[in-house]
Amino acid sequence: MTLVADVRRRIGSLQLDASFSVGRGETVAIVGPNGAGKTSLLRTIAGLAAVDEGRIAWDGSVWDESASGAFVSPEQRPIAYVFQDHALFHHLTALDNVAFGLRASGMGRREARTRARAVLEVVGGLKLERRMPSELSGGESQMVAIARALATEPQLMLFDEPFAALDTSARAEARRLFMSMANPSMSRVLVTHDAVEALTLADRIVAIEGGSIVQIGTPSVLLATPRSHFVAEILGLNALSGQLRGDQLSIGSMSLTVGAHEALDGNVIAIIRPRSVSLHQTRPEGSPRNVWSTSVTAVDRTTDRVRVQLGAPLNIAVEVTPAGFDALHTEVGAELWASVKASEVAVHPA
Amino acid sequence: MTSRQRHEARAPLVLSIFGTFAVIFFVLPLLALAVRVPWSSLVDVLGNEATTEALVLSIMTSVITTLIAVVFGVPLAWLLARSSMPGRQTIRAICTLSMVLPPVVAGVALLASLGRRGVVGQLLDDWIGLRLPFTMPAVVIAQLFVAMPFLVLTVESGFARSSTAVEEAARTLGASPWYVFSRVTVPATRSAILAGAVLTWARALGEFGATITFAGNFPGATRTLPIATYLALETNVDDALLISMLMVILSLVILVALRGRWIGAIGGER
Repeated sequence: MTLVADVRRRIGSLQLDASFSVGRGETVAIVGPNGAGKTSLLRTIAGLAAVDEGRIAWDGSVWDESASGAFVSPEQRPIAYVFQDHALFHHLTALDNVAFGLRASGMGRREARTRARAVLEVVGGLKLERRMPSELSGGESQMVAIARALATEPQLMLFDEPFAALDTSARAEARRLFMSMANPSMSRVLVTHDAVEALTLADRIVAIEGGSIVQIGTPSVLLATPRSHFVAEILGLNALSGQLRGDQLSIGSMSLTVGAHEALDGNVIAIIRPRSVSLHQTRPEGSPRNVWSTSVTAVDRTTDRVRVQLGAPLNIAVEVTPAGFDALHTEVGAELWASVKASEVAVHPA
Repeated sequence: MTSRQRHEARAPLVLSIFGTFAVIFFVLPLLALAVRVPWSSLVDVLGNEATTEALVLSIMTSVITTLIAVVFGVPLAWLLARSSMPGRQTIRAICTLSMVLPPVVAGVALLASLGRRGVVGQLLDDWIGLRLPFTMPAVVIAQLFVAMPFLVLTVESGFARSSTAVEEAARTLGASPWYVFSRVTVPATRSAILAGAVLTWARALGEFGATITFAGNFPGATRTLPIATYLALETNVDDALLISMLMVILSLVILVALRGRWIGAIGGER
């Protein structure tokens, strides 16, 4: 283990109490709802805040320890932090933003810029080098923020909701960049409230609620055995283990056609968003979509949506509007038809 | 919606009347000054050695004052805004008291401390034979004492308003506290620093009470433009009017030149 964190800290009314570790080259996602203490935990690891009680150590050297009072300030930790709002320096060009960490450690301007240019090129942002942060789109400024963090060659990279502020296309780009950054000598901690991000980007997931860890495990373990109602809730989606062959996905006795994907044939995790499934009274006609007959096992109605739990052959949750639900004239135990577009069935390596 | 906007856009009559009086109050003296100034003798007064001496002294001392105020005031502002030093409120109150003090009182206080018989002044005289009163440095000290609070308060609010997120980003990138301050904090608050410097300079340029009390009135050494104006009023009113106009123009030029950034920083735009 490389990072060993045992953090107890009071932030307003929240009591943060979390112990976990991160191995070398490992990517750990901290998942939880807003206000769960995810960012506070990340800031404590970075040294932007100190533990009230506990201990943070990296490769055996102590960063923060309440018992001894030891504390290593953030600038002396081999870390880099990608902030949710990117926190670029507005008076510097993109290139000088990337070169900042190198300059701060005493490197000459020319050498720092040369190195910064190389890092910008790696993340695909070389064309941005002369721009000021105010001239960058969300995705571009994210790219610069990641390059700025990478340039200092950190051993531990911390990401606070890196994709939250991006639009859909920029998000796909940023996720690709994040995955391509995986490096056996660099550990990563990713804070997110998005379950798909955690499931697909992390080696292990730390699920946290109200400041406390509710479960730690690999994505497949969390999916298979969500240890609390909360974990299932934050996952919020239908995540199913199955086997992929070409564009055909087998889940138990079911077979689904899937859309474009990056996963290889074999064991995969399929993710189906509850809103992407349609329900019908009778078999829908003439459509290439995945269609199957099933039954309603539970209905949970709130003011703006109805969550319908489906039984065999595919135990998944579906969300429809109250009007849509009423039009179905259905109830628990009733038979109906379900369909989902191939492009709405996302598969990821298990 | 439209009627609501129109309703909001129309100022209440009472406010319009009183506000207009306030404007007249500010404009009238300036207009009167411009009308009364004997423009024909402008060249004579400007050519007058005593006036140029006072002008040069005023510009020189006010600029030196501004520079010193920045060097010491910016660190003080940072401590007030960002540090957790004990008694910050009290320190802020003491360091900005001279802003609201009658300038003559400020001058008396300076005499009591740095005057020849002053608490510190006597020691300076005894040890190194340094006598500050009635010298040019005394002019700078008097200006600094009453004008630096403008810089401290403006820059402090700039520091307090500027986001600490970029500073934290700099720290995680390995920047030392000094590097963060000089390369991130100062650039991010430069408009507030500029605004504070302009206010300080303007206050220093106009300093009269503390200066004449502490530094006296020696031509070429401590007779600044405001003092020269006051003296001229007793001997030659035309000269007084011209020097006054000169100062109005000088202040106006600076104000207009820096208007955008100045108002932005004070109004909290940046």
